[in-house]
Amino acid sequence: MAKTERQTAPDLFADYRLTTGVADELFDAQGQMRPVWRRFVDRFARLSAAEVTARFERGNQYLRDAGVFFRQYSNDPLTEREWPLSHIPVILHEDEWEQICEGLSQRADLLEAVMADLYGEGKLVSGGHLPAELVAGSKQWLRPMVGVTPRGGHYLHFLAFEIGRSPDGSWLVLGDRTQAPSGAGFALENRMATGRIFPERFPRAHIHRLAGFFQGYRQALERLSRGPGGEIRTPAILTPGPSNDTYYEHTYIARYLGLALLEGEDLLVENAQAMVRTIEGPKPLGALWRRIDAIFADPLEFDAGSEIGTPGLMEAVRGGNLAMVNALGSGVLEMRALMAFLPRISQVLTGKPLALPNIATWWCGGTRERKYVEANAERMMIGSAHAVDLPFDLGATTALGGRFRGAARESIAEWLATEGTHLVGQEAVTLSTTPAWVETEGPTPEGEPTGRVLPCPMTVRVFAARTAQGWTFMKGGYARIGRSGDATALAMQRGGAVSDVWIVSDRPVPAHSLAPEGDFRRAAPGILPARSADNLFWLGRYVERTEDAIRLIRAYHLRLAATDNPGDPRLRLLRAFLGGYGFDVTQAVPDTLIGRIETARACAAKVRDRFSTDGWAALKDLDKTARQMTRTAKPGDDAARAMSVLVRKITGFSGLVHENMYRFEGWRFLSLGRKLERADALAALLRAFADPAAPPGSLDLAVEVGDSVITHQRRYRVETSRDTVVDLLALDADNPRAILFQLREMRKLVENLPNAYENGRLGPLLRAISPLESALSVAEPAEITSERLIELRGAIAGLSDIIATSYLR
Amino acid sequence: MLYDITLQIDYSYAAPSDRLRNLLRLMPPDIPGVQRVIRRKLTIDPAPDERRDTLDFFGNAMTSVVWHRPVEAVGLNLTARIERFPAPPLLDLSPPHETLGAEIIAHDSIGPEAPQHFLGASPRVAPLPEITAFARDCLTPRMTVLAAIEAVGRALHRAMRFDAEATTVDTTPAEAFAARHGVCQDFAHVMIAALRGVGIPAGYVSGFLRTFPPPGQPRLEGADAMHAWVRAWAGPDNGWVEFDPTNDQRAGTDYVTVAIGRDYADVAPVLGVMRSSGGQESRQAVDVLPLDTLRAEPLRQP
Repeated sequence: MAKTERQTAPDLFADYRLTTGVADELFDAQGQMRPVWRRFVDRFARLSAAEVTARFERGNQYLRDAGVFFRQYSNDPLTEREWPLSHIPVILHEDEWEQICEGLSQRADLLEAVMADLYGEGKLVSGGHLPAELVAGSKQWLRPMVGVTPRGGHYLHFLAFEIGRSPDGSWLVLGDRTQAPSGAGFALENRMATGRIFPERFPRAHIHRLAGFFQGYRQALERLSRGPGGEIRTPAILTPGPSNDTYYEHTYIARYLGLALLEGEDLLVENAQAMVRTIEGPKPLGALWRRIDAIFADPLEFDAGSEIGTPGLMEAVRGGNLAMVNALGSGVLEMRALMAFLPRISQVLTGKPLALPNIATWWCGGTRERKYVEANAERMMIGSAHAVDLPFDLGATTALGGRFRGAARESIAEWLATEGTHLVGQEAVTLSTTPAWVETEGPTPEGEPTGRVLPCPMTVRVFAARTAQGWTFMKGGYARIGRSGDATALAMQRGGAVSDVWIVSDRPVPAHSLAPEGDFRRAAPGILPARSADNLFWLGRYVERTEDAIRLIRAYHLRLAATDNPGDPRLRLLRAFLGGYGFDVTQAVPDTLIGRIETARACAAKVRDRFSTDGWAALKDLDKTARQMTRTAKPGDDAARAMSVLVRKITGFSGLVHENMYRFEGWRFLSLGRKLERADALAALLRAFADPAAPPGSLDLAVEVGDSVITHQRRYRVETSRDTVVDLLALDADNPRAILFQLREMRKLVENLPNAYENGRLGPLLRAISPLESALSVAEPAEITSERLIELRGAIAGLSDIIATSYLR
Repeated sequence: MLYDITLQIDYSYAAPSDRLRNLLRLMPPDIPGVQRVIRRKLTIDPAPDERRDTLDFFGNAMTSVVWHRPVEAVGLNLTARIERFPAPPLLDLSPPHETLGAEIIAHDSIGPEAPQHFLGASPRVAPLPEITAFARDCLTPRMTVLAAIEAVGRALHRAMRFDAEATTVDTTPAEAFAARHGVCQDFAHVMIAALRGVGIPAGYVSGFLRTFPPPGQPRLEGADAMHAWVRAWAGPDNGWVEFDPTNDQRAGTDYVTVAIGRDYADVAPVLGVMRSSGGQESRQAVDVLPLDTLRAEPLRQP
């Protein structure tokens, strides 16, 4: 009887208790559940503990598979941690969202007007509406931009707003992100992940999609990017590079929108026109969506110490030939102190109050304001007037609730009196809470839920893009979730979480997919920056070099296991050969091998936007496995088996590239790198192991390392001789492990590169490859002497130089 | 006073520099009531593929030059004839230094002359407690701003030793002040930090200083370099005044201005970015020849 009883679901919301004086997203002021949440909560509360865990894990798995990581600034540029997804979304009704966006649209126009004034007539200052010292004292107010009209007529094109709900239920703006707002790509990834967690038709059919926003923005970027004759030019993203904390997002959004991902060194400015260095030479650029701070954009006119900028970029802007999203200098709008003046400026410029108020702010440069902040320090956050971080990202030199954080000082009164012009007070607002899954500490009994739903403070980031029709808003966004009970812990770098934001309609919404409609991805021709081609070429070389080393190390340990005699002549030869490449085979997994894999990974990290996430995951897996083996593998049979595992993993990567990578210029450079490296490795192998002076058994070693044992048996049906081995590994046009094969493949690849021919004749690269290919095609094995092999290696190195000078700079 | 000025700057690179781009601030401008350009010419060798002459935010003549082909060496040559007007006697109408703050706030502008640009930290000069303390010791109650500027400049001139070898173009004001030595750039940066530290807006002037031969010796040509001194805001009536801490004097008719800014970063005569490995070498020669060479003048150090 008891056996058939339906297991009751645990009440996951049992501990969801509201705090007086704090607004909540799930419950309204009367304690009634907001209708927009009802159906979601009903479903969620019915899930068993095991199902909650399984669903959350599906979301996490998606993010891991997609390679969504959050990079932390640290000494090791490759340190990443998992994306801190809070699995329960924030749910808002479309009517409420509409209202928020209306208010933010007004604010966006106001910010554009302030920007135009600060870099134009300066009337806000001369009219007494903004203190001159605030503007002149801002590092983000860029003097070279004064008097410059932005291309396209607007300064601001892509904005984000951090908003929060105050205790009375109304929304307020906590910060404006005008410099280079991040997070739009993360919003997309959050949505993909929550799609795995909550795949049901409801609520999915009622949630507004994000794709429309991106489609509109992409079109706007393309219009902004057009050439003077209206010709289509690819807009590009300008990134600070892989060591930036949001680099993953840059690669993701570049792939998603079909934009080129560029670094400062990819650009040059010629005749006040910004150009991309591509494999075909410089190509003009019309618009850059910059993800670098403006002061780093041009070392000649801004921060001279910048190594990520492009000299002359400001000249392209001044010449009206380059649109920046957003204009250089837009960071000045982010300073906290501006919030103190915006309500008044809104009245002055538009005659209207702010539809959506911002967080109450007082600039302490004014006597009256300073006194007020001093008297009310108990409910203030006091910090730098020029700081551009959000009110909740408190630094060491801020005071909260009348107490200093970090650096100790005499008193707040003294601080305000001596440094008032550099300080603002901001109301220490209390944010609303929203349901978040909080893991229970310690182990949980089988079948019990591993956590529970608790109210946690949150803010929402809203994204806006300027289109031909005006500001358009993402119907969604992402929320930052703080720890339960701690409203100051929101900064993600200090361990908060993020969640998806669902804008829900009462009716099903049009079901266009996340994949953009029509051909908008293919509207503009792609470009391959020379630096990306360079990284792909070297990625190919490093991967091949690593695979070759793994095979050699395996051959060593197989012989060691067979002979148990390190003094064996073949082992000595192998040791010397590997030693020439820096490998110490007394280590079962040599440190140098780990270094090689790491180098390949670093190369791949710089072109993550150009190959699949599976390929990236395969490289990471190889790295991880090899590192684990350093702790466990023993010389001999054990190490040989370990190397076999690594060979399979690295060929897995190669297979992914070969099977899945689109046969475009990027793939050609990756392949060229591999073929070139393999040709060189084979020549070196034959030089050492097919030399007449090499010890007996060396020829068999060469065939084994060349992965051609079976082919040799089939083709020659005799014992190895120098002639058969040289024939197979150097002169066989059909053996994918022969030098001639590599040369032939390289020629085919090069024939499809730009500028392969000059005026109908062979270009320099083909002129160099063809004679090598012809010579090997007609050579007899006996002619391929050790001297000839040395010459061949020199010629192959020459090919690499020609590739570099023709395409890679 | 009429001056014929020649300036020759030569750069050479260890390896040819690809796509060299320079930003030059070398040409003296017209400054109403102070100096007048009769002629000026900046020639560049080898001839750049691009050259643009504009004014920067502070009104300085800015020349942007680009070479599309690799270059190994660059020669910059300026010749100018400038009339420097006699400086009228300076009446001290400046407020007591204690009340300057209110005068600054009353100045509602972000135009290039606004004192607000010259008060906080700038790229090369940040406030420093030691230098501020030094400046404070120079002030007396109710001292006028003008007197304060000269007192600080004079005290620094006494405290710091001119040493052409001790510092480089990258030396910070903190380093120069700690060692109490440097060249005109260091004197100017330390004085700017000192004045800003006590709330007096201060900026950097680059230019030329007429030089004089030691008694009984012929004028040495080309032995001098570009000079630097300080401008400071002495309230609405006196406005901007200029003082040379290296020579302990107001910048008068012996001085020809090239560029003004918040510090060296705003006025650097040659800013360059090259794509090349290896270092670079540079050489600079300046000649400031008064057309009335017979006029007797006292001897001063450059």
